[in-house]
Amino acid sequence: MSDERQTERLLTVQDLTMRFGRKDRAVTAVRKVSFSIGAGETYGLVGESGSGKSTIGKCIIGLHTPSEGRISFDGHVLTKASEKERREAANGIQMIFQDPMSSLNPRKKVRDIVGAGLDIMKSCQTTAERNTRIEEILEKVGLAKDQADRYPAQFSGGQRQRVGIARALVMDPKLIIADECIAALDASIQAQVVNLLRRIQKETGTAFLFISHDLSMVRYLSDRIGVLHRGYLLETGLTREIFENPVHPYTKNLLNAAPAPNPIVQSRPAHFYDYETSGILYENGTWQYVGDSDTHQVFCTEEEYIRWGGKNNG
Amino acid sequence: MVDTAEVLLDIRDLDISFASPGETIHAIRGVNLTLRRGETVALVGESGSGKSVTMKAVMGILPANATVNSGSITCSIELEEKKREIDLLKADDAFIRRFVRGKKIAMVFQDPMTSLNPTMTIGNQLIAAIRSHERCSRKQAFSKALNLLREVGITEPERRMSQYPHEFSGGMRQRIVIAIALSCDPEILICDEPTTALDVTIQERILELIVSLQRKRSLSVIYITHDLGVVAKVADYVNVMYAGRIIETGTVIDVFYDPRHPYTWGLLSAIPDVESDEELYSIPGTPPVLSKEPEGDAFAPRNPYALEIDLKAEAPLFKISNTHSAATWLLDKRAPKVERPESLQKRIDKMKREAAEYVR
Repeated sequence: MSDERQTERLLTVQDLTMRFGRKDRAVTAVRKVSFSIGAGETYGLVGESGSGKSTIGKCIIGLHTPSEGRISFDGHVLTKASEKERREAANGIQMIFQDPMSSLNPRKKVRDIVGAGLDIMKSCQTTAERNTRIEEILEKVGLAKDQADRYPAQFSGGQRQRVGIARALVMDPKLIIADECIAALDASIQAQVVNLLRRIQKETGTAFLFISHDLSMVRYLSDRIGVLHRGYLLETGLTREIFENPVHPYTKNLLNAAPAPNPIVQSRPAHFYDYETSGILYENGTWQYVGDSDTHQVFCTEEEYIRWGGKNNG
Repeated sequence: MVDTAEVLLDIRDLDISFASPGETIHAIRGVNLTLRRGETVALVGESGSGKSVTMKAVMGILPANATVNSGSITCSIELEEKKREIDLLKADDAFIRRFVRGKKIAMVFQDPMTSLNPTMTIGNQLIAAIRSHERCSRKQAFSKALNLLREVGITEPERRMSQYPHEFSGGMRQRIVIAIALSCDPEILICDEPTTALDVTIQERILELIVSLQRKRSLSVIYITHDLGVVAKVADYVNVMYAGRIIETGTVIDVFYDPRHPYTWGLLSAIPDVESDEELYSIPGTPPVLSKEPEGDAFAPRNPYALEIDLKAEAPLFKISNTHSAATWLLDKRAPKVERPESLQKRIDKMKREAAEYVR
């Protein structure tokens, strides 16, 4: 993606690298990952556990300080800003966590959980104003006003996740990072929460970074998708491009891995992708544009790109 | 299709409740299930629907506050060279420990990190499991353990034997759990969400492994899962559970191509479709809390197709074919004719077309 386009993006992540541990035996969780999200856009990050997708989310919101790279959000360079400036800017970023039980304080009423952000930022002058804000948001996520004075334990899993969404929304964020926010929910409840997120996207125009290992859900919510493996961003493009014309073998593997709910078609033999034996070295890759698209890119060598058939069906 | 294979496990009218301070939770309300040799049966349902509790009853590992109100779990067990039909619910714990748990029926749990002992090498864990049922020397047990590790696809088993669980990846750990489950050559394997904690790419390999082991050892497998994709991939028979009852049962073909219960419709519709961009179908409301007996049919409050009778009485299991039954009043002769939702019907038609193409 060209530089002019990136300057006006809401969030730009450039060459983000994150290492954990002491220098001599550091583990690199994320390697030179770059992507950007425009205002109101949803970017889906997919990959298996250990691929670095959650680390990227945590770097953006400031829970980790990146080892290298530049993150800018809404005109502020978060990686260079002072702590005070970073905090102020990052206020426009909110997060929804995976497990609604462990991310909500069991001793606090929902009203105070949702209102905590407002209190910290002193955004409400009077209690009445605070209460109206909280109740409005609760209604928006499909909870009743009178549920505000209950404790998290009195809610079901799906309702708790709604509280988590309300807590993020009450701050009027420009970007919400949703980290596996439906993985812990039951099938019938997952659909409810996904529909709620789609409605919020439409109504509020909030941008989302949707982090998940479940491609089918990512497809439902995202405008663009990035595929991560072993800390490398391997392929990125419009959701349609990734699903209709995946180029990287890992992406193809990921697309085929989830069993389809069709008992007869299921019995096909599986093709496994194994990095160790594939002969691919991620560190040799560079970004290749796929066909004529200026949005679909794959991270590999030119030779690999031709071998994988990228040139022919772009 | 009438199944003639030998019945290994037969659960009849199982009814279990849990005592918790101040209330009784009626978790299992009349479950019937039959498992035959070499077959795979799936139990599908949301958390709290009772699928795990049913299987814990089979294994004799119900928590202390559980009461079995009625029902039987019959299992044919060879005792002194003679086959006997034993009711596992009436057998004492020593008997279960000696002849059933691990030996006849083994279980694989969801999270391999919590089912392995982090302070023991996996070799010692395997050997302990083997020697718990078999009288053999440590040496014999060691070589059997090596073979088991090879069988579940772990390379360099000699080196791996002296490693600890944290040195393995999630998928490898689940393979070890499966090896331990197979250590006493059980006939029945119960898999409780065996792949839920794993990534999709690894899930597929574990499923393939279980399927191949099943063929090789002619195991009968019960899968507990909420993932209909997994069910379609591995199962012969499907039982859909809701609020402690099986509300639809049939072959995979019956349930996926001709679902009859509105809850099954909801579950199938809620799977995101790769080609559609419409709003995802979601079942309204939340599963009932079983501390109160549901009034009428347990699914009625969430059922857009509920009839008046649903609010008054629970639907019995109506027979559709020899293999297929569903507990919904819509199948009663007096009920108005209700079609499946159009979007689901379209999806089923598409699945059938894909299947026809695939077969060709």
